[in-house]
Amino acid sequence: MTNDKPRLTRDLMAARLAAEFKPGWLVNLGVGMPTMCSDFIPAGQGIVLHSENGLIGYGRGATVEEAGPYVVNAGVMPVLLEPYAAVLHHADAFAVIRSGRLSVGVLGAYEVAVNGDFANWRTAGRKGGGIGGAMDIAACAQRIFLLMEHQTRDGSPRLLERCTLALTAPGVVKLVMTDLGLFEPAGDHFIVRELTPGWSIDEVQAVTSAKLVATSDMHEVG
Amino acid sequence: MQNKVIASFAEAVADIADGSSILLGGFGPGTPHNLIGALCAQGAKDLHLISNTVGGAGLQDMPQLKSGMTLVEEGRVRKVTCCFSAPASPSRSHALQEQDEAGEIEVELIPQGTLAERIRAGGAGIPAFYTPAAVGTVLGEGRETRFFDGREYLLEEAIFADYAFVRAWRADEFGNLVFRRAQRNFNPLMATAARCTIVEAEEIVPVGTIDPDHIHTSGIFVSRTVLIGPDDILHVRRISR
Repeated sequence: MTNDKPRLTRDLMAARLAAEFKPGWLVNLGVGMPTMCSDFIPAGQGIVLHSENGLIGYGRGATVEEAGPYVVNAGVMPVLLEPYAAVLHHADAFAVIRSGRLSVGVLGAYEVAVNGDFANWRTAGRKGGGIGGAMDIAACAQRIFLLMEHQTRDGSPRLLERCTLALTAPGVVKLVMTDLGLFEPAGDHFIVRELTPGWSIDEVQAVTSAKLVATSDMHEVG
Repeated sequence: MQNKVIASFAEAVADIADGSSILLGGFGPGTPHNLIGALCAQGAKDLHLISNTVGGAGLQDMPQLKSGMTLVEEGRVRKVTCCFSAPASPSRSHALQEQDEAGEIEVELIPQGTLAERIRAGGAGIPAFYTPAAVGTVLGEGRETRFFDGREYLLEEAIFADYAFVRAWRADEFGNLVFRRAQRNFNPLMATAARCTIVEAEEIVPVGTIDPDHIHTSGIFVSRTVLIGPDDILHVRRISR
């Protein structure tokens, strides 16, 4: 099932999800699309970014010339430090995670299920994978948000009744931002909070294998 | 006071025997590229590499840059303990994944916080600890677990290696180390968790130059220090967004 209507750009997805961060939150942004949220953090609200490699208080993406060779995010891309920044070593960075201090972990995903399970480290039919810090974050952050494509490149759905790939953690996902909208796992279905402009819930349902249910105030992303 | 400074990378890794276990620091910045390059040239095999990832970014445009993946490609690695053993895309592959799928190498794939804490524990004389990471996943199946306050945790054992390769910003002659920004990452942990810690540093200063309050790793953890020279690898260029 394909539909060639325009979808949200990666920047719009990152910006919309970043608007969910609440004042005073400590936020970890995972490798890939989630790190793009650092360009869209609301100013003046005391939101602090944490990275697995020990940066506390980093900011937007930058060039190597701006950031220098020593300041990178979880995706090893240059970022700027805020004036209040501090640097920890890797074990202390994960002590922050394991002790429950992260208000939210934002991660990419291959699959997410209605029960809050998600999978983001091993692809189908291959051995090994890339776990990174995702299992520690998923097990210990106060909440997990996903920032992901709604479908695979060949059009298969990623929002599912049950995950088919090896899990990163069971039952932890609270919010899912895709290029087709904003969704919440709700046990046996996804709640649809927002839809990408131009898309109807029926059109999104057609590319989603789990049941979608609109909230009473469902509206366009923005 | 013992002077830990060694004249060359080749000399610093010369005694590494076949079968050794080696911790490799780095998360992008902080990767000891020159020590890894010297190990590649040295020839040791049957190695156990312990590192967040054995591959490095930016390899294509720096042909002289070696990584743990070089050793894997050359068939000199028996076991890898890491957090990334396969590319994110199923359509791509690399030597580590191919050898893993062929059963030619042992891969211990673990969460990054677990890797960091196992190394920290190894350096701290703690044999094992409990963590909630990977509970409820295939990595937790068949493992020893315990419940604390109603929550399930996995038992994880400490890592202590034969060697640690560490990249520092400044060192003094005794091996006291200072790291710069995100270059720190695994490096100070690994420095404490090996029988022999070997450091490459951008600057080596006389003792007394660095304020003791500003030292991240004491020289007591360091066996050898090599200065990164003008012909060595200083930085690998990062791709920005």
